[in-house]
Amino acid sequence: MLHVEITKQLAHFEMNIHFEMRNEIIVLVGPSGSGKTTILDTIAGLAHPDHGLILSNECTFFTTGEKPMPARERKIGYLFQDYALFPHMTVEKNIWFGVRNSERNERHEMIRQLLEVLGIKHLLQKYPHQISGGEKQRVALARALSTQPSVLLLDEPLSALDKETRKQCQDELLRLHDMWKIPFIIVTHDHAEAERLGDRIIYLEQGQITDEKRKRSIVSTY
Amino acid sequence: MLDMDYSPLLLSLKVAAISTFVVFVAGVFIAYMLAKRDFFGKSIVEALFLLPLVLPPTVVGFGLLILFGKKGWIGSWLLEWFDFQIVFTWIGAVIASIVVSFPLMYQSAAAAFESLDERLSNAARTMGASEWRVFWFIVFPLAWPGLLAGLVLSFARGLGEFGATLMLAGYIPGRTDTIPMAIYFAVESGQMENATFWVVMISTFGFSLILWVNWWSKRNIRRFTKS
Repeated sequence: MLHVEITKQLAHFEMNIHFEMRNEIIVLVGPSGSGKTTILDTIAGLAHPDHGLILSNECTFFTTGEKPMPARERKIGYLFQDYALFPHMTVEKNIWFGVRNSERNERHEMIRQLLEVLGIKHLLQKYPHQISGGEKQRVALARALSTQPSVLLLDEPLSALDKETRKQCQDELLRLHDMWKIPFIIVTHDHAEAERLGDRIIYLEQGQITDEKRKRSIVSTY
Repeated sequence: MLDMDYSPLLLSLKVAAISTFVVFVAGVFIAYMLAKRDFFGKSIVEALFLLPLVLPPTVVGFGLLILFGKKGWIGSWLLEWFDFQIVFTWIGAVIASIVVSFPLMYQSAAAAFESLDERLSNAARTMGASEWRVFWFIVFPLAWPGLLAGLVLSFARGLGEFGATLMLAGYIPGRTDTIPMAIYFAVESGQMENATFWVVMISTFGFSLILWVNWWSKRNIRRFTKS
């Protein structure tokens, strides 16, 4: 379970966000500058709220007046916009970067499965600039999940893809969520995409939740 | 073959190599720390670091004498406590070299760190990487072309340093006569052949170094950006 309660003064408005989620997919929809990425950053520990409480299962990421838990200890998977793959490392090194030496053996099988499911096994020795946008997205997903995160954050994960690849990747995201069963928070501009992916859709404007839609029943779309 | 004393070459290489090592470690560390922080007076600190770049070498030398001279703030203390003197020694040449080449290293490193995409470091952090690991595996390799340029510029500057070195280390043949000193005093004493030899040598070396760095940087940048 993830509990998010954030108050943060941004350049043009004060952000006030409060939501709780289970192992579901929440999609954050809103215009540019409405604070969507800031929400992901505060959950990941890359930015901190002025006040609030962020809890993941039993773990306190942030509570007012106490030192925030560093990003590296939060066990968050974060898929950045444009993927932020390390350009000087092969796909294989990108994916294994977050796995400690002591955990390598036990993660081997999980990462093998991940490569299989995402169909990126043949890309392992390539560099990010040598692969397509859709492949980058899959590699970034594999990298984010290789650390066995307790929450996965996706910042406009499909925005750089063409229509056809986009649809395929939406299916992949839903399939991965079914396998992983952890909270996914997805930021998007695309309302159709939000409807397709989200168990819940949260609409944001100027740092406030203006509306929330919930799917009546959670049905897989594939 | 000219009747040459090659000690200026060895001394110049020793001085430039030691000063470059010090300047590289300090420049990279300080530039990285400052790149990550914003504080009141940061511009003043940066301006101070870059000051030797715009000051005449004699002014830098004068400042170093005030600090490291026998009666200087640090020099008198070193002499009293360790019976150790910096003026008129090759260590003086190293210190002069460090001071004049530091701005070049700092500037290159600061530019290299500033041009990096912060999201790459953040991605590493969310994957459990410590700040140390972020630096060694993400920041350093990606900034390396810029750092290498700074390293080579600093080395070349250290090799060619004259004014401040003359004021702090003086000209003592066999002890503090670097190549630029050898050139100056060869001309002074009318030994034009010797002067020409050193001029050709240092010019060829500097030119080759710049050619190599340009070639290396282009090749490396291409590696990460083109298929």
